[in-house]
Amino acid sequence: MSYLPYALAAWLFLVGLYGVVTSRNLIHLVVCLAVVQSSTYVLLLAIGYVEGGTAPIFNGIPLGKKTVDPVVQALTLTDVVVSVTTMALLLAIAVEVHKRTGTLDPDELREVRG
Amino acid sequence: MSLRTRTGLFLASGSVLAGLLGWAFAGLPAFGHYHGVYGRALDRVSLGQTHAMSTIASVTFDYRGFDTLGEEFILFASVLGVSLLLREMRERDVDAKRLTERFEPIRATGRIGVPVLFLLGLFVIAHGYLSPGGGFQGGVVVAAAIVLLAIAVDYRAYSGLAPKSAADLVEGVGAGGYVAIGLGGLVAGATFLESFVSRGTIGELASSGTIALLSWSAGIEVAGATVVLASEFFEELLARRR
Repeated sequence: MSYLPYALAAWLFLVGLYGVVTSRNLIHLVVCLAVVQSSTYVLLLAIGYVEGGTAPIFNGIPLGKKTVDPVVQALTLTDVVVSVTTMALLLAIAVEVHKRTGTLDPDELREVRG
Repeated sequence: MSLRTRTGLFLASGSVLAGLLGWAFAGLPAFGHYHGVYGRALDRVSLGQTHAMSTIASVTFDYRGFDTLGEEFILFASVLGVSLLLREMRERDVDAKRLTERFEPIRATGRIGVPVLFLLGLFVIAHGYLSPGGGFQGGVVVAAAIVLLAIAVDYRAYSGLAPKSAADLVEGVGAGGYVAIGLGGLVAGATFLESFVSRGTIGELASSGTIALLSWSAGIEVAGATVVLASEFFEELLARRR
């Protein structure tokens, strides 16, 4: 049981990657990429978890209390922001692709048109 | 490459990757038994050094404040990219009428939800160093309130309240404010992004020095950036459906 969160992270990564590889729609592809990115949140938070630890917010808890790792939580925050920015850019590109070619299927975009 | 060969290729390479991931994760300490050195150290010193109750806020806006500056500019650059991509290609004018007809119960719920969400967002930004939350999270909630106005109440009210020029300005002020607060440290004789205002009493709203200020500037930037992003996609939708 103690390795379950890591297994979950690996599964999310692989299942998202499968979606990216087999995707027939660019919007769907971006969502699959978001699934891949969520695996990194799970991994980071799983590494930072300390058994019996509370949130690292010293509001009404004594100073010596065991807490989960605040560093990886802050890193996850950065991770989420980066994930949002890439999604926004990719979706904008998908909108442009649809406008120029009239399709969102990556398979139909094989030929590069000038 | 056909979908079939692609899937086959993925299954082959994916199973190798799965094996490697399993191997790597097996070498990690068991779940809940890793004690990060920096995390332990911060638990002991962070409250005394930064006077911020939330260690995550003190890591984000103090110990790792310089990284967060980079993070703000990643967001800024991405919004810039989306605006450049979508604005340049948009030839037709936007027809706001399309997003104004609403089912009355949705409109009523939206009218209640917008101010409540807006206030909640400001609360989350303001209390980021005392409780879970902070500039990034609160900024998104504030932006969600403004976007809710467009999707549930009235698009014209939205573009009146948050015209894109204003949202652009707010975003720029947030990002620039972060740098200005960092430079304030230099002016005060400390280092870049070092806290130069009084840390205050732990637990009070006016505490934690520049963490509070940086949290607000991040909140302002994130709210502005999210509204700009939403506006770009809204206008795209309205212009294309005509």
